[in-house]
Amino acid sequence: MTTADRAHVVDLASTRLRQLNQALHQLRPDTNETLWRIANPRGRHSVAVGIDAPIAIEIDGHVGYYCAGMNKHATVVVNGNAGVGVAENIMSGTVHVKGDASQSAGATGCGGRLIIDGNASARCGISMKGVDILVKGGVGHMSAFMAQAGTLVVLGDAGESLGDSIYEARLYVRGKVASLGADCIEKPMTDHHKAKLARKLAAGGMTGVDLGRFRRYGSARRLYHFHVDNVY
Amino acid sequence: MSAPNTTPRKSATFDDYTLSEIRRAAATGIYDIRGGGAKRRVPHFDDLLFLGASISRYPLEGYRERCGTNVVLGSRHASKPIELKIPITIAGMSFGSLSANAKEALGRGASTVGTSTTTGDGGMTEEERGHSSLLVYQILPSRYGMNPDDLRRADAIEIVVGQGAKPGGGGMLLGQKITERVAGMRVLPVGIDQRSACRHPDWTGPDDLQIKIEEIREITDWEKPIYVKVGASRPYYDTALAVKAGADVVVLDGMQGGTAATQEVFIENVGLPLLSAIRPAVQALIDLGLHRKVQLIVSGGVRNGADVAKALALGADAVSIGTAALVALGDNDPALEGEYAKLGTTAGAYDDWHEGRDPAGITTQDPELMRRLDPVKAGRRLANYLSVMMLEAQTIARACGKSHVHNLEPEDLVALTIEAAAMARVPLAGTGWIPGGGAI
Repeated sequence: MTTADRAHVVDLASTRLRQLNQALHQLRPDTNETLWRIANPRGRHSVAVGIDAPIAIEIDGHVGYYCAGMNKHATVVVNGNAGVGVAENIMSGTVHVKGDASQSAGATGCGGRLIIDGNASARCGISMKGVDILVKGGVGHMSAFMAQAGTLVVLGDAGESLGDSIYEARLYVRGKVASLGADCIEKPMTDHHKAKLARKLAAGGMTGVDLGRFRRYGSARRLYHFHVDNVY
Repeated sequence: MSAPNTTPRKSATFDDYTLSEIRRAAATGIYDIRGGGAKRRVPHFDDLLFLGASISRYPLEGYRERCGTNVVLGSRHASKPIELKIPITIAGMSFGSLSANAKEALGRGASTVGTSTTTGDGGMTEEERGHSSLLVYQILPSRYGMNPDDLRRADAIEIVVGQGAKPGGGGMLLGQKITERVAGMRVLPVGIDQRSACRHPDWTGPDDLQIKIEEIREITDWEKPIYVKVGASRPYYDTALAVKAGADVVVLDGMQGGTAATQEVFIENVGLPLLSAIRPAVQALIDLGLHRKVQLIVSGGVRNGADVAKALALGADAVSIGTAALVALGDNDPALEGEYAKLGTTAGAYDDWHEGRDPAGITTQDPELMRRLDPVKAGRRLANYLSVMMLEAQTIARACGKSHVHNLEPEDLVALTIEAAAMARVPLAGTGWIPGGGAI
């Protein structure tokens, strides 16, 4: 950690989670307490949730459910794996998981960015509403289920029923897709889309990636107006 | 002379409504969608009677002697529980399903009498927040409009697992009502038929729900009461699991509870009547030693003060109303009969709320129709109605000798039918018999 000397260090082995979160909630937008480091999370749930300040937090270890849930403005780095619902309903800022993420990563995220260096499990990006998610490994089944807006980029493989009941989210997958869900189809990958993808990758710190290996998926929009012939 | 004919007889099984539905299905190839709750006859509060005071019970004097009505919700874990002046709340109804004026009117009416209103599947509007002194913010599977700022400016939070009209079902809002504003709040394209998810995106099962509740408490610094709402299907176990997951308040919605739009077959054939659900839920709280500590709000067909009193006597802490509140605002008003007739229905039966053509301006997003509802006048009507309900409930409570409506108890009740006696676990009138022995 490059910021160790200047960061507030909170040791969850000796500090109650409620104290940590309340201290983070009291930070104002112009706070000068911008660097935080959390030690010994030990799989604790709800670490660093509901932050609304432009601060940077590094969490040294694995976290449980809902880490950085509903994050606004903050940059949260997890030096470990993350449990269910990491960055759920993220509004803005960045959440970066250096390891793997469990189910429902970035669920219902409205904005900001979620980066997962490893794999994400089932339902990654479920009901996403504007968040950009970059998964450097693969994603599990039912990822981007009912995804409304935002972008899911997967460098590895995607599990079954990708993009089931998808609305207007954009999906890019470099590896194999086990199957597409209801109303999700492959769409042409034009130069325009490659440029967009390149920007999303660059924002996640990735350059020089072969864009030609990605395929693009989105909504066929057959379910947009309910009709009996389109029932699955 | 011809032989006498028997009177033409229609089938009780294939009645006029059933025949019309078969013809409609045959013509369209699609199931019927409508708003509202179950319309079929089910055992209900009408099947119960209060006994009133007698030689062995001492009544209170009419409207003069004090009979308390307040209720505190959320005292189990929240540092800022809310206190309602009356135990009648306004149920969650979405902006999108309802017009902004209707939401404002609900807030105005509820605030006037010191009770709460509830958001719905579509986020929190300024009209609603601004005019609701106590506002409950719903967390639904769709998470439309969900954001931490609104969580924090809510007075309580309700995690919706299900609702009485459709336990196990998600929501529908058809394209006619997805205007630019509604679409913007939900992050959806304008004019599409929208589907709200039937299950939450980031938790499954009671163990996960416990962690989810803890997250919401952490985000809101453990200040807000957290309710869990379930549709009545397995009320004993759902109540117990909600409590185990950490709920401050359990909201239990019977099948008469309304919906903005759902399949008719779902509304009429899934879930339990409220009457059958209250006692199992109360029993779960008693078994956990948490009756009156975790509050129970019940809803689904509550219409008047007698219903309120009966629900409280069966062990609920408060009731919630939706359909009745809309009627108080002006829904299904006979004064609009001409317009209902043009829609192929009649006042009192109008339930195509999903089509957005409500002549009363309540279940619509049409700007012209919306303007018909004056939120100040409609709010006043709702406040009047809520006041009357409370006066009625107090009248009954005093007659039973109770100085607070929460002192009503099952012992004050009898049932008119065997079914109601079994469901409410009170004796059949004139007997000491409780069918079923009160078992779950």
